[in-house]
Amino acid sequence: MTSAVMLFTVFAVILVISALGVITARNPVHAALFLVLSFFTGSALWMMLEAEFLAITLVLVYVGAVMVLFLFVVMMLNIDLDRLREGFWKHLPLGAGVALLMVVEMILVVSSKQFATMTSVSNTTGVSNTQELGLLLYNQYVYPFELAAAMLLLAIVAAIALTHRRRKDSRYVDPAFQVSVKASQRIKIIKMPAEKDL
Amino acid sequence: MQAVIDFFGPLWPLVWTLLKIVVIVLPLLGAVAYLTLAERKVIGYMQIRIGPNRVGPKGLLQPIADAIKLLMKEIVVPTGANKFLFVFAPVLAIMPALAAWAVVPFGPDMVLANVNAGLLYIMAITSVGVYGVVIAGWASNSKYAFLGALRSAAQIVSYEIAMGFALVTVLMMSHSLNLTDIVRAQEGPYGLLQWNWVPLLPMFIIYIISGTAETNRAPFDVAEGESEIVAGFHVEYSGMAFAIFFLAEYANMILIAALTSIMFMGGWLSPVSFIPNSILWLFAKMAFVLFLFLWFRATFPRYRYDQIMRLGWKVFIPLTLVWLVVVGVLMQAPFRSLPVLNIWFHG
Repeated sequence: MTSAVMLFTVFAVILVISALGVITARNPVHAALFLVLSFFTGSALWMMLEAEFLAITLVLVYVGAVMVLFLFVVMMLNIDLDRLREGFWKHLPLGAGVALLMVVEMILVVSSKQFATMTSVSNTTGVSNTQELGLLLYNQYVYPFELAAAMLLLAIVAAIALTHRRRKDSRYVDPAFQVSVKASQRIKIIKMPAEKDL
Repeated sequence: MQAVIDFFGPLWPLVWTLLKIVVIVLPLLGAVAYLTLAERKVIGYMQIRIGPNRVGPKGLLQPIADAIKLLMKEIVVPTGANKFLFVFAPVLAIMPALAAWAVVPFGPDMVLANVNAGLLYIMAITSVGVYGVVIAGWASNSKYAFLGALRSAAQIVSYEIAMGFALVTVLMMSHSLNLTDIVRAQEGPYGLLQWNWVPLLPMFIIYIISGTAETNRAPFDVAEGESEIVAGFHVEYSGMAFAIFFLAEYANMILIAALTSIMFMGGWLSPVSFIPNSILWLFAKMAFVLFLFLWFRATFPRYRYDQIMRLGWKVFIPLTLVWLVVVGVLMQAPFRSLPVLNIWFHG
């Protein structure tokens, strides 16, 4: 067994265990943390395929930003485990059916001829993977890339526009107005005549 | 030497890498210890006091006394806390602060791992640091800790974006993600005027301010906010577990100082051409940035939370996006070969 295969086995076992943890952990925060671990090991596997840009971006985007916000929300939810488990037996047949279908599909896909060879596309050009990817994205595929970027931006704007509601009773003060405050507006000196002594 | 290499055989590369890691991490931890003393001394003098001066000559043994005190203290785990995550959180906080040093170059060939995607690696690893804070806040089963964790998570995620965009302008200037090449690209006959801080001055300022916010330092220390939420995310921690958070915060400060020196102030390059380049320049630049951090803490009152968010999202991010376009235009425009501009925008 070469060291690459050994490393792959270690990462793959961790990945499968943590992925199982995501769906079996009773505590949703634990489940989210298992997901973080599986992203990490997935990124390690990509790193082994010399796809360092994808590997690092996975950690940067999903672990560093998406999962933090995910955890943020999950931690603040007040989840009642008993209510979540209520319809478990009722929905089991349907769930098992869907799972079985997916397993069969995956077996069909993985056993097809496209998956027969397991060698990675080796980098022969001498420049780094990141640079090569950048050259492709910004030359050959620049229009599809920009189109995808514009669509994502549109999706962000739409999501914010749909959910954003300004409360009418919030006491919002314009920051520009706040910073232009002068000392004379903050303090008011009132002259009072000294009281006469009796 | 050869005998040692033969003794370890095929394991030698591993042993050699471990040795190099020790050579980086041990002085780093020493620097962290003495940064705490420097902070107390500097802030002391700024407030017309003398700071710690009782332990050892001129108070120089104070950090060691502090470390021994923290080692002796009991680690109290609060009732209802998630024990595993409670203990694991400090580890998660310090791990990225140390791991990021793998790609930091100290000299032309003095780097643990000369990775081509070094800048990406730094951004990815430092973005993981927030987990220590978030998990500590949640696992403590305490309201104050949880509030601190939420504040910190929102703050770190927000300022990371501005920091990332500032670094994108740096990589545009140097045509590389490799940190050694980023320093090399700043080399030239004009010394310190050749460094990135001149053409990227707004990014330089944004990077330092965002770095202060990323490390939860004053005036952006709402995650700890002594006067509001006691001590924020680490309120339930005591003894060595607390000390690890402390170590992580200061190690992160030193890391940000090193990155600022490398990205914007020419790393190990000398500011004037008649003095040779040296690792000492890097240390001097780091000391300067660290002094700025201490100075900020002694000078500014704490920001209000909504103002922090406004500064990050509505001021810094638009500014970085504008400067991204400015740098792009300057790099491609025909007038880049005009007398002053061609110092930075050549090739």
